[in-house]
Amino acid sequence: MTAPFKGQFWPLPRGIHPPENKQQSLREPIRKAALPKRLVLPLTQPGFVQAELCVSVGQQVRKGEVLARGTPGMGITLHASTSGIVSDIAEHQVPNASGLPELCLMLESDGRDEWLKLPPLDYQHCDAPMLIQRINECGINGLGGAGFPTHAKLQGALNSKHKIHTLVINAAECEPFITADHALMREQADEIVTGICILLQILKPERCLIGMEDNKSDAIIAMQAAVTRVNDPRISLVVIPTLYPSGAEKQLIYMLTGTEIPSGTITLGSGILCQNVGTVHAIARAVAHGEALVSRIVTLTGAALKRPGNLDVLIGTPIAELLQQCDVDATQLSRLINGGPLMGLQLPHANLPVLKITNCVIATTNAEMPPPVPAQACIRCGFCADVCPATLLPQQLYWFARSKELEKAESHNLLDCIECGACAYVCPSHIPLVQYYRAAKAELREEKEKHLMAEHSKERYDYHQARKEEEKRLEEQRRAERVALAKQRKEAANAALAVAGASAVADADSAAKAAIAAAMERVKAKKAAQPTTTDSAAAPASIPAPDSDTKV
Amino acid sequence: MSSPAINSSPHEHQGHSTSQLMQQVILACVPGLAALTLYFGWGTLINLVWLCLLALILEAAVLYLRRRPILFYLSDCSALLTAVLLALALPPTAPWWLGLIGITAAIVMAKQLYGGMGYNPFNPAMVGYVVLLISFPLQMTRWLLPEGVGAALPSFVDSLAMFLGAKPSAGIDAFTGATALDSFRQFHGGQLISEFYERYPVMGVWSGLGWEWVNAGFLLGGCYLLYKKIIGWQIPGSMLLAITVLSILFYDGGSSASHGSPLLHLFGGATMLGAFFIATDPVTAATTPRGKLIYGALIGAMVYLIRSWGNYPDGVAFAVLLGNFAAPLIDACTRPRSYGHGK
Repeated sequence: MTAPFKGQFWPLPRGIHPPENKQQSLREPIRKAALPKRLVLPLTQPGFVQAELCVSVGQQVRKGEVLARGTPGMGITLHASTSGIVSDIAEHQVPNASGLPELCLMLESDGRDEWLKLPPLDYQHCDAPMLIQRINECGINGLGGAGFPTHAKLQGALNSKHKIHTLVINAAECEPFITADHALMREQADEIVTGICILLQILKPERCLIGMEDNKSDAIIAMQAAVTRVNDPRISLVVIPTLYPSGAEKQLIYMLTGTEIPSGTITLGSGILCQNVGTVHAIARAVAHGEALVSRIVTLTGAALKRPGNLDVLIGTPIAELLQQCDVDATQLSRLINGGPLMGLQLPHANLPVLKITNCVIATTNAEMPPPVPAQACIRCGFCADVCPATLLPQQLYWFARSKELEKAESHNLLDCIECGACAYVCPSHIPLVQYYRAAKAELREEKEKHLMAEHSKERYDYHQARKEEEKRLEEQRRAERVALAKQRKEAANAALAVAGASAVADADSAAKAAIAAAMERVKAKKAAQPTTTDSAAAPASIPAPDSDTKV
Repeated sequence: MSSPAINSSPHEHQGHSTSQLMQQVILACVPGLAALTLYFGWGTLINLVWLCLLALILEAAVLYLRRRPILFYLSDCSALLTAVLLALALPPTAPWWLGLIGITAAIVMAKQLYGGMGYNPFNPAMVGYVVLLISFPLQMTRWLLPEGVGAALPSFVDSLAMFLGAKPSAGIDAFTGATALDSFRQFHGGQLISEFYERYPVMGVWSGLGWEWVNAGFLLGGCYLLYKKIIGWQIPGSMLLAITVLSILFYDGGSSASHGSPLLHLFGGATMLGAFFIATDPVTAATTPRGKLIYGALIGAMVYLIRSWGNYPDGVAFAVLLGNFAAPLIDACTRPRSYGHGK
């Protein structure tokens, strides 16, 4: 593998450049959000396992105290975001795609915001298991999007048979409107670089590449200065052109390393691990300060806010309170979007808590983001294919998804679609393409599950049949053995009789008697042999030939 | 905030619409249309108005029968664009019924019976044109002599009379004559190119009096579409390149056996209209990046083959339809490599 010269990158072949709309929320430094009276803390991070509750209603907790412990492996531990009393454990709506409520802890703040920290660690004198243990204890998951448990990712990297050679730090923040990472880098660059050093300590990669879009010059300057201060030759900052979706994991890895992650595999298989810059900051706080992940930077922006900006928000703070702190104009507000305008989730209302993965809330107006217009016919203009960062043919996928030709959709690599929304953004016919792909993917998954279940039950049936055959065969074998034994015994008896007969030969008179006795013996033997022969004749018929198995 | 409908991402849009694209293409036809009117009189404009009217009526009627929302689909302007393209291809002497038959074949048969916008495998305007060319060869090849050759152009009243099927005051033959490509095909044999051009003023300087400017007009409009990124360079580029290469190969130094200069083929007949406005119809063209190059080159080659060795003076309509036939196959053979699927 060749090390890139400073600043080298591989340009993203396709993408879009919508209006950035980042300036609105960057005018002021990060503000600390007001301490909410009541926090809502879901036990489950969207898409992951529910944590095991370890407090009871009425219990007094301090900030950073464990409320629910993550199950071993993929679990994410939940901490109290501030000090107060657990007032209730009940279902509450959270920002998720399903719209279904989740089991949440309600925490009444006591206003003191009293910390319970873990002892700080000097990472340079810690080994990897110890650091991963700390990250696990502090409940850190990816803050950039999917929210994958960070300790599980790191442990997976250490367990992987591919050694991690490149650590990629995702600081691209390519989606319009979102500036949470930008603001964080501008103000906390040293802490972020400390986090990077901790990751280097754990993973021992050959190099670490920080990918940043060129539209955040002040953050680039701050980060470059911080990188220079630690003076680690493995770390380099790579400034890439602003082109959405450069911050998508696989796209960023390509831009920084020229490596494409093979379809259907994870980055660890290619020896690359990617972490979001916010996550890295949380790691630094956890290790060097003993602080659990109880707050994050959230961008509050959109034309309905008179005072947009980046807020340092406690996890579980109701979004409605944040909107108020940004002087929301309720008469103008048309839609609330959790995340960016291209991949974000529209929220039904503001009475939802901030999660660990909530990076941005856009309170928009109809003028800023007009409601979708009815879709016209697809004219196959191919604008979608011109922008698809995965180099798919979105237009063909759309026709396959519409006509439910799932196999064709799969053979056209539907599952490689990252749902970035670039295709739908440029579609002149305003077709909600991503919606079609999501539906088709879900159907495909369902088909596969069904297929798997059918396979499974067929396997069970076959096993059952085989077992029955085997039992039958064993039974036959035992029977044949019994018969053979009986025959053997009889023959032994005959032989004894024959010896007795031979001794009687001397008696000439009895010679005729012996002949009669021998004839009678033969008849007897024949009689005794008869059932045996019928049995052995029947036996092959009762053991079906292997190829007739299925007919039975 | 009244509880809004929950929409799926993305929540932002570039803002262009299909109707706008169609309108831009229609707008880009203006320079070519102006040149046609300047050199061949009012006929094309009259056809244009007539065909647009018919196209809207026919489209609305079929949408009504198909129980589709009429205004919603009419507003995509695709029927209007088909009408404009067919009108630009018809001879200016065309009587009203010729346009009626052509646009019916285009809108009703080639487009709506296949499922409407987006579902038609063949370019509707070219289907309409070819139906007319095969059914009414006399009317379809009766072009006007351009301004500057022989008699004056027919007046507006004469043009209207021809459109209505009546004889113009001076008789129709006073105005009509073979087009440059047709003259080249019929009369060039046995003469050097230079001799032939001198003897036939209808040949103009390069590619036919008037036709040079008509093609220049469509080239200008095409450049506008390229600039606006409404069409890609691949299809017109590869089509024009194929014509250029073939016409250079068979130019033969302008001898008596020459098949005409590259300029004759590039700026003659319907080359530029075909390259920028017809072959680029996205619905019926190949869609993959490499596929577009192959598709354009195929059409360019077919145009040249038909002109040079076929039975028709021009071959754009047939070439485009043949390209339409091949488009699905071309697409299937030229799928781009997706991210993460090996080099």
